[in-house]
Amino acid sequence: MISRVRAWLEERIGLSQITGFLSHKTVPVHRYSYWYFLGGITLFLFMVQVGTGMLLLLYYRPTSNEAFESVQYIVTQVRFGWLVRSIHSWSANLMVATAMAHMFSVLFLGAYRKPRELTWVSGMVLLFLILGFGFSGYLLPWNTLAYFATKVGTDMVKQLPVIGHPIMVFLRGGEEVSGATLTRFFGFHVALLPGITTLLIGVHLAFIQRQGMSVPRRIDAEWTADPSKRREMRFFPNFFLREAIAWYIGLAVLGALAAFFPWELGSKADPFAPAPAGIKPEWYFLSVFQTLKLIPPRLWKIDGELAGIFIFGALAAIWTLLPFLEGEAGKRRRLVTVVGILAIVFIAGMTLYAYYAK
Amino acid sequence: MNVAAREPAEPRPGRRTFLQMLLGAGLLGSLASFFYPVLRYMIPPASAELNSDEVVAGKIGELKLNSGKIFRFGSRPGIIVRNAVGEYKALSATCTHLDCIVQYRGDLRRIWCACHNGMYDLSGRNISGPPPRPLEAYDVNVRGDEIFVSRHKGS
Amino acid sequence: MRTTRNNLSPRVAGALRAAAFAVLLCAASAWAQEKPAAPPPAKKNSCVECHSVLDGPLQVTPEMAAQDIHASKGIDCAACHGGDPTADDDSAMSKAKGFKGKPKRSDIPQLCASCHSNGEYMRKYNPSLRTDQLAQYRTSVHGKKLKAGDDKVAVCSDCHTPHTILPANDPRSKVNALNVVSTCGSCHADAARMKPYGIPTDQVAGYNVSVHHEALTVRGDMSAPTCVTCHGNHGAAPPGLSSVENVCANCHVFQGQLFDGSPHKQPFAAAGLPGCVTCHSNHKIVRPSDAMLGSGPQSVCSNCHTGDDAGMKQAIAMKSGLERLHQKIDQADELLERAERSGMEVSQAKLVQAQARAALTKARVSVHSFGAAGMKADIESGLKLAEDDLHAGEQAMAERDYRRKGLGIAVVLILLTIAGLFLFIRQLERR
Repeated sequence: MISRVRAWLEERIGLSQITGFLSHKTVPVHRYSYWYFLGGITLFLFMVQVGTGMLLLLYYRPTSNEAFESVQYIVTQVRFGWLVRSIHSWSANLMVATAMAHMFSVLFLGAYRKPRELTWVSGMVLLFLILGFGFSGYLLPWNTLAYFATKVGTDMVKQLPVIGHPIMVFLRGGEEVSGATLTRFFGFHVALLPGITTLLIGVHLAFIQRQGMSVPRRIDAEWTADPSKRREMRFFPNFFLREAIAWYIGLAVLGALAAFFPWELGSKADPFAPAPAGIKPEWYFLSVFQTLKLIPPRLWKIDGELAGIFIFGALAAIWTLLPFLEGEAGKRRRLVTVVGILAIVFIAGMTLYAYYAK
Repeated sequence: MNVAAREPAEPRPGRRTFLQMLLGAGLLGSLASFFYPVLRYMIPPASAELNSDEVVAGKIGELKLNSGKIFRFGSRPGIIVRNAVGEYKALSATCTHLDCIVQYRGDLRRIWCACHNGMYDLSGRNISGPPPRPLEAYDVNVRGDEIFVSRHKGS
Repeated sequence: MRTTRNNLSPRVAGALRAAAFAVLLCAASAWAQEKPAAPPPAKKNSCVECHSVLDGPLQVTPEMAAQDIHASKGIDCAACHGGDPTADDDSAMSKAKGFKGKPKRSDIPQLCASCHSNGEYMRKYNPSLRTDQLAQYRTSVHGKKLKAGDDKVAVCSDCHTPHTILPANDPRSKVNALNVVSTCGSCHADAARMKPYGIPTDQVAGYNVSVHHEALTVRGDMSAPTCVTCHGNHGAAPPGLSSVENVCANCHVFQGQLFDGSPHKQPFAAAGLPGCVTCHSNHKIVRPSDAMLGSGPQSVCSNCHTGDDAGMKQAIAMKSGLERLHQKIDQADELLERAERSGMEVSQAKLVQAQARAALTKARVSVHSFGAAGMKADIESGLKLAEDDLHAGEQAMAERDYRRKGLGIAVVLILLTIAGLFLFIRQLERR
């Protein structure tokens, strides 16, 4: 039966060509092999997001009058609505975490180096898209915290000279965060971003498929010195099955988080209410938020916040173009590692500081 | 992924059957545990939707002239009153004295709290007894045969 | 009779004088208004010019004069003190110009009343202001003692101040609700001053820990009672034993009605016990608690009832009713809180909890029927509501457990699959 289906498909779409690359693909086996799982887990979480997101769309209503109530309805009235919503929220947060971890693992293992520059760039863009998902999705339940976090977040854009105000108006769909903003963010979150992201994930995976898995420089050197040490694993089924185990563990973790720590809904946003104390963005924006808060209002002759935005913009650009800046044959390799460690320390430090600061 | 995982399970028989059973049962069971909630989720619940910004407090004709009733306004009780000339008034039903729930007294034409004899007029003003503050008044709109109550906007 | 008539004539004369003065004043101001071309010159007041540099009670600064309600309406110093404010020298204070100097304390009520008891005159300034202050004052303990020759008792200027008289709704006024307690207390809390009268001086201290004081100062309820709410202001006197309940029942209507129909009404009257005050005290009316019922150490019932009489049995039954309801509500609260913390939706039950609490509040009012039967309805309706909420809480907890069980099953299945995959990989790679 299966062989007949296979033959039928082979005749029409050349199945063996599609499965063929899978059987040739190999994964290097060495002491850092575990880091190869992170990309796959991020992909898995993205699929969970797509699945639960589609389920949430069955009941969610993107208007300022109904958004909060519809989420409340999902959580309280719809059978397993609490589960779907909690998994969507938790999975979103875990996805940001795994994507970041994936990025840093690639950074430290030097997997961005030639010929994989474009893979790195596409990955960085994916990371920014994921952050965009987080920012736009955070507003959708239309609760007080999200409302004010969005207000603060979009307000920062305004600081940019000339283009700042038009961009803010574009993001907000008007001068203020309002029902129009919600509709827009909903559009970004469920159509624009998923479309671009899916496409880019395809590109990212195609690059990886084309170039094969990167072997860390040190391991590569060891293997070149002693070719008998070279170990590889077939991607399919050996690595794939291991990845499946990781996905299953991820699923169990998501379920447990949803059951024991259901994502809170908070209270409905009231645009006329004064901002509550302690407005904070989602944790993955905290370090940027805290840094901008710490920059003095005037730096030399320019506005402090503006300077901060420029600095972060420049850093993001440099980070994205890292493979091109490293120089021939990794002259500044050590520098990249040090900068990477400093970045982690900085992000972690600022995030903790924001949590414990008033 | 499940198809892919089951596919290469063709090596020599023996302990294969145990493994196949374990894997098959695990996969089927776990898939069932994913899809059961999803299917249940997709069946729309029978209960009406909550809408705390604007609620349907009742239907036209439900309230007689000069009478009132309590309705649920988000997480708090509200009172809707149809006065002697047929106008609808909606107010918070939580007495400002000790949080008892007020009621409409047709004989007095006032809103009355049974706990300590607090009185409010139909605009919510506290006019006698212990209540220290007026009741919050809500907006009333009649659309079709339903009476919608919402909070005052922007005031 | 004779003395009264004798007393009356100078007052009438004073009133006439004041009225005549007022007419002149009005005429003068009307005249001033008819000539708009001339800018109204600042009315000369040589009194303030000199008195602003004096010390002590003789000091009257322009600021004080500007705040004063009378000065602001053009009624100047001379209206009470006589003399001529337009004169620059000592002749301003000459007898020839009608200067009276400091009015005698015993004359002050009549001096004020010369205008304030004149309805026609007062109508020109504030038609809604009452004009019975003097009549009321005469019924007060202050007024009676003053008449008997004791001029240390409070007269108008003691409470309203002599020169900075403000309307009572002005928060700076000494008779404003926020200040009146300390105004009364400035004499009544002064042990030395009260000694000759042999009355206690703990009223203000008692009031300051009372629930009424809390309502006024903490909750900002300006309608909360102060001294004058129960004692009257101009006619200040203790309400009297038999009328205490009437006074309290002005606000505490239900308690008053229930007490009137209760078995306490007759015995209290017979024994000369004041209604509400017997259990709640007079000035130190603290927030009542359930412990005041029954036979415990804080019980007020045990002041009269003993261990085995019928009244004590009722008291104990009433207390246990309240306690049962209170406990049930707390129990439901606690469970609902727990369910909510676990992410369960219990807002409907929490809404009903408010009704259960309202039933408890009502039951605490119906304590004043002084019989367990009178409270039965409230207690039972409250118990039923709280019972339903408890049930809702239990259901929410059951739902939580269901979720965790469901998760447990899913996790077992997931672990099973993981184990299967693990073994499968091992088998695959052994070949």
